[in-house]
Amino acid sequence: MASLRPRGSDDLGLRRALSDRLLPLLVAAMVFLAALAAAGAIAAAGLAAHWRGGAAAVLTIQVPQPQGRADAVAAVLAHMPGLTTRRLDAAELAELLRPWLGPDAAKLSLNLPAVFEVRADPAAAPPAQLLDAALQRAAPGTLVERNGAWFARLVALAGSLQACAALAVLLVACVGAAVVAVAARAGLAARRDSIEIVHGLGATHGMIASRFAGRVTLLALAGGLLGVAVAVPVLLGLASLMAPFQPQGLAVSQPDSPTALFKALPPMLWALLPALPAGAALIGWITTQITVRTWLARLP
Amino acid sequence: MVRLDGVGLRYNNGPLVLEDVNFALAPGAFRWLLGPSGAGKTSLLRLLTLSVRPSTGRLCLLGVPIEQASRRDLPPLRRQIGMVFQDFRLLPHLSAFDNVALPLRLAGRPEGQLRVDVGEMLRWVGLMRRADARPAELSGGEQQRVAIARAVIGRPALLLADEPTGNLDDAQAIRLMQLLAELNRLGTTVVVATHNESLVARHPGRALRLNEGRLTEENSAAASLSIAGVQRSDQTA
Repeated sequence: MASLRPRGSDDLGLRRALSDRLLPLLVAAMVFLAALAAAGAIAAAGLAAHWRGGAAAVLTIQVPQPQGRADAVAAVLAHMPGLTTRRLDAAELAELLRPWLGPDAAKLSLNLPAVFEVRADPAAAPPAQLLDAALQRAAPGTLVERNGAWFARLVALAGSLQACAALAVLLVACVGAAVVAVAARAGLAARRDSIEIVHGLGATHGMIASRFAGRVTLLALAGGLLGVAVAVPVLLGLASLMAPFQPQGLAVSQPDSPTALFKALPPMLWALLPALPAGAALIGWITTQITVRTWLARLP
Repeated sequence: MVRLDGVGLRYNNGPLVLEDVNFALAPGAFRWLLGPSGAGKTSLLRLLTLSVRPSTGRLCLLGVPIEQASRRDLPPLRRQIGMVFQDFRLLPHLSAFDNVALPLRLAGRPEGQLRVDVGEMLRWVGLMRRADARPAELSGGEQQRVAIARAVIGRPALLLADEPTGNLDDAQAIRLMQLLAELNRLGTTVVVATHNESLVARHPGRALRLNEGRLTEENSAAASLSIAGVQRSDQTA
């Protein structure tokens, strides 16, 4: 394919018209923000998964007047598939009641219900109606509290956080495209005469747009790499701060070895980080092609 | 080669700068384009270099009706047209060599081949030693010679020149007219715009005369371009 000059040369003077300072720094800032937003989205996804697979599957079963009846309920639960049952002891019950009855709840001689914490495997556990019926047969009046309702709200919250993070990434991409478009238009204005000359000599719009797009892609890629380089230590720092609160998300605390450092961030985030500079370069290429070709359309 | 039928040109919504222009040029024709400043010579040259499209009428260039041509059809046409601008229009970032090589690179000529041609052309215009100089490092005459070399290196089918001798001394002007005559003899259609009547008197040929956007064609005493022993019988369209 014909070109204006040998490969690597600067036929339209774009090295000066499209500075290698401002545009890469702006793209680096955009990619840094995108990395933070993406990390937020992945962390929110981890939280939602944790809630869905963990806390949301917990049932609380209360057996009033437990003498004799609690053992019957325990026997029913033990024979149900997919259930892991643990009966709360007196101390745990007292701790639960302490906000309402004070520290001496055990001394009040109240006839407290027996409380079972049951963790259900969604794949193997029996349907809710079957469990309820079996419990009522064993101990009429037994209460089953399912935590799904408010856990559903938490999952919805996590979903909203993910959506917000995705929106933030989208906004950053749009702002990045706008920055590239402004830079490309400035470059066009600076090289207007040169462009008109090569256009008059028979350069196609594709040739001219490719020269601009090549330069902008290079600058955007450099800026993207810089942004990721800055984002990684920040994300590692955040991961170590969040680790105690999120066992399955941004995982490990105290990354004291290269392997632990690598495992400090979720694999999906490690996969996404290299894609950010590539995405910045792609946005730069597409935006510049559109901007330059639109500008060239005014020429005959 | 070139045919204009009732061509008019206006910029934006302004007045007509060219009105009802009719003429035709056969392959290998030579024409002076004469007229006072503001008569429309540069506008006519802009039409012929496809820098603008006619507002009215029909323009047929190198066998292609321009009003029917798509945007994609124009770059190959432009590569067959050489233009020497009054203000040179060189790329300031490129050396003299690279400015002259530009049309060949646009045409896809391999680097190895174009080096020989560009070197020969620079030698012909006396700038071989200035091949690496950028336009800002060249005198006005040298820049004009680079512009001329760039216009003719691709052996264009149509060569247009706007006051090409304006920055040249007499010897260089004679050499340029020899080059134009030689290209014309080889079949290139040549149109030279000037208001240097003495230049026309020294090199008589057929002329197109513009006045206030309207064109008249006239024959000089000798209907041929005769320059320093190179003579070509002009073909009428």
